[in-house]
Amino acid sequence: MAAVSTGFPAGLSPLEERVAEIRRSVEAGAHEIDVVITRAHVFAAHWQALYDEIAAFKQACGAAHMKVILGTGDLLTLRNVARASFVAMMAGADFIKTSTGKEPTNATLPVSLVMVRAIREYAQQTGMAVGFKPAGGIRTAKQSLDWLALMKEELGPSWLRAEMFRFGASGLLGDIERQLDHYATGRYSAEYRHPIA
Amino acid sequence: MSIAEKFVSMEYGPAPEDPKEAGAWLERHGRRFGLFIDGAWQAPAAGEYFETLDPSSGDKLASVAQGGVPDIDAAVRAARAACPKWRALTPHARARYLYALARLVQKHSRLLAVLETMDNGKPIRESRDIDIPLVARHFYYHAGWAQLLDQEFPEHEACGVVGQIIPWNFPLLMLAWKIAPALATGNTVVLKPAEFTPLTALAFAELCQEAGLPAGVVNIVTGDGTTGEALVKHPGVDKIAFTGSTEVGRAIRGATAASHKRLSLELGGKSPFIIFDDADLDSAVEGLVDGIWFNQGQVCCAGSRLLMQESIAEKLTSKIRDRMSSLRLGPPLDKAIDIGAIVARVQLDRIQRMVEQGVAEGATCWQPQVALPSRGFYYPPTLLSNVHPTSIVAQQEIFGPVLAAMTFRTPKEAVELANNTVYGLASCVWSENINVALHVAAQIKAGVVWVNCTNLFDAACGFGGYRESGYGREGGKEGLLEYMEPKWFKHAPKLPATTAVVSAQVVESPEAGTPAIDRTVKLYIGGKQARPDSGYSMEVRAQDGRLLGEAPLGNRKDIRNAVEAARKAEGWAKATAHNRAQVLYYCAENLGLRRDEIIRRLAAVVGEKQAAAEVDLGIARIFSYAAWADKFDGAVHNPPFRNIAIAMNEPIGTVGVICPSDAPLLGFLSLVMPLLAVGNTVIAVPSEKYPLIAGDLYQLFDTSDLPGGAVNIVTGYVSQLLKTLAEHDDIDAIWCYGDEATVASAKAMSTGNLKQVWTNEGRTIDWFNPQLAEGRWFLEHATQVKNIWVPYGE
Repeated sequence: MAAVSTGFPAGLSPLEERVAEIRRSVEAGAHEIDVVITRAHVFAAHWQALYDEIAAFKQACGAAHMKVILGTGDLLTLRNVARASFVAMMAGADFIKTSTGKEPTNATLPVSLVMVRAIREYAQQTGMAVGFKPAGGIRTAKQSLDWLALMKEELGPSWLRAEMFRFGASGLLGDIERQLDHYATGRYSAEYRHPIA
Repeated sequence: MSIAEKFVSMEYGPAPEDPKEAGAWLERHGRRFGLFIDGAWQAPAAGEYFETLDPSSGDKLASVAQGGVPDIDAAVRAARAACPKWRALTPHARARYLYALARLVQKHSRLLAVLETMDNGKPIRESRDIDIPLVARHFYYHAGWAQLLDQEFPEHEACGVVGQIIPWNFPLLMLAWKIAPALATGNTVVLKPAEFTPLTALAFAELCQEAGLPAGVVNIVTGDGTTGEALVKHPGVDKIAFTGSTEVGRAIRGATAASHKRLSLELGGKSPFIIFDDADLDSAVEGLVDGIWFNQGQVCCAGSRLLMQESIAEKLTSKIRDRMSSLRLGPPLDKAIDIGAIVARVQLDRIQRMVEQGVAEGATCWQPQVALPSRGFYYPPTLLSNVHPTSIVAQQEIFGPVLAAMTFRTPKEAVELANNTVYGLASCVWSENINVALHVAAQIKAGVVWVNCTNLFDAACGFGGYRESGYGREGGKEGLLEYMEPKWFKHAPKLPATTAVVSAQVVESPEAGTPAIDRTVKLYIGGKQARPDSGYSMEVRAQDGRLLGEAPLGNRKDIRNAVEAARKAEGWAKATAHNRAQVLYYCAENLGLRRDEIIRRLAAVVGEKQAAAEVDLGIARIFSYAAWADKFDGAVHNPPFRNIAIAMNEPIGTVGVICPSDAPLLGFLSLVMPLLAVGNTVIAVPSEKYPLIAGDLYQLFDTSDLPGGAVNIVTGYVSQLLKTLAEHDDIDAIWCYGDEATVASAKAMSTGNLKQVWTNEGRTIDWFNPQLAEGRWFLEHATQVKNIWVPYGE
């Protein structure tokens, strides 16, 4: 079971509230917790505050798997994305994730490239493998191939497994089914012929 | 493999582009091609054909006509015959043709891309996404210039018939770079494609037919080097545009020396790729992939010399090796291939040989584990580290997927290493600090500097080299000007051949009374008056044969000293334009002060009237160039990238000037002042007729705050000094104004370092007409454009 906690999507409620949210989710049986960061820490370059916040989330998660949502559509610059990625990983993120889906821009390839290269650099320096989750806007099988190629080229095949790479894209599965249908029959399929996942 | 298995292995599968249409096109032609002359296909006169191969397999693709001397002659005649009508078309009509060609390239883009990949071996990803779109872009851009030609260049006209010779690395793109500007400016063309890659040029000939281009405007003559030689030597050709090796460029310079053919050469390179410690290393590595593994490294502007800041060298090298390991090498028609085939066996052998020699000279060779296809010509991506600057792989162009890596410690050392080459085509600078990047960009001697990007090209941005990478630019306004000349110039009358200097005939009778004080004119070198090395003098006589005095007889050692002084004075280029203007104005001021005495002396040689005109117009001419000094601006281009390209007008460097003899003062000022205005340093040989003008000139310069060495004056006989000047490898350009024989020898002797040569083509120039004898035309020749590309975005 997965849960989104920490004042999703804005991450603006008091820290104690957000930590308590995580605890409740974990107590309720969640194995995966998506947390959102306080974007203001990034804009103000309050890296220690950002680190402390994420470390507190991690502590509350306990054994649960923590995905840190950076809200890249809010962060706007690639520099901000890179720095926030590193702080999140240092503070214990199991996954870093682009977006909540509620920001003005969802996962983009440039932003994903920056995050993936941060993961690579972090792995090279620490030996710790952090996963990546692009979220929002990836609706077609064809688009998903861009991200698969990105992971394969930048991080290698081991990052193509589900433990290290996920899509946050609710509409994607249907299109993948359409493509498999086409592969099997040679005819192009229609969306409505596949059950909503 | 089942889908489920594929999801586990996650390997790339084959993604072949279908060659069926290209194959059908070849079959339609019976896999045998004639020459495209005068709008129709013709068999070669000698009936000879050669084979063009698919380098990815070695299989024969087609037989192609071997054009010979009679074929070239027929093509040149057709082009000549088509010229008047083509030139007489309205610019709008020519724009329509070019626009149609651009559209046709787009309409047939995949056929052209597939043909290109089959014939050349480059990955389809490149031919489809880079080459062919740029071809269309060039025709669109130049359709625009064709439309604007009369408004923008009212005083220019086309050269006439242009012979164009293109290389095999970007066959259709180089065709576009050549043909589009030539047609836009009203020239007609005979183009010889490279022997290894003729097919897309032949497909283009069909597009010309489809566009309804008048017969003879574009002629395509395939063949080998002898075909190119026939084109270069044909007397009916007005201009040669060549892209290829420096060796052949040198031969073309020599072969055209005795003609009036204009020349633009785009030659080899050994371009530095500089990575500073504050660069985004991951991006820099991707840049490097595009720099040296693009088109298997068979790129004249390939970033083949990696200069890494020492502190990051180890980390960077490791990243480069990782990246090299994931490059995919294989059949170029596969859409997911990074490195395709080398164009031909001979090129593959050359690459192997040079790498072996580099290793023998101490380089460490690293190649990723990559399986080479069993057929075809392939070479793996290669990193040579511990390369010494003296090694062959650091100095000579390999033209293959081979990177030679070296380290540096400071920006100064990076620049020094970057410029330690006979070439100067392109360069890359990677740093997240824009101050460092632009500081270094300004100092690199190369026609292109890509800051934090690599191998970007656009029709709006001139491309071309410094030093032995050639001269002239392709693309942009400067590229267009290579195909035009001022209207008056071609029709200017020929200068009479110079006769030997007359010996004394009239002995001057001593005047009564106190004798005049003897005046000793000297050479002017490094801001000091210098006696000639020879210890001899030359007589200078008046119109009536009377002995006016003696000028020092300069020799090769004086030229040597002058060039060294000029090199040392390169700070003049770094002076602000405002400062250069002030010095020039001061020269004019001081010439004004000496007006009467100079007129008096000059009048003995050229008469009172001309002497007065020379001084008065000379003052105005200096004023003109003082005015220009801070106004001959570059440009900022907006190529279709998230990017700006800053086109800087840079001085050429150290320039030797053979001044015209007919206007001793005004001719000197007309040539030396534009050079000075934009920051060149000069070694001038003043009028042989009246070299004593040197004495007046250096007094002028000495009193006008001109830094020593910016102008050096060596008097003497042109016949003796020209050779040393033209052959001197530390002179970047020579301006030679003289009779036909003199300018021909200037061209012929300039081949050593391929210095730029600009002459009057033996024609008369009316120095007394400011409309003709000053302005942009001179400044354009006094400068070379450097494009600095700077990306933006965050």
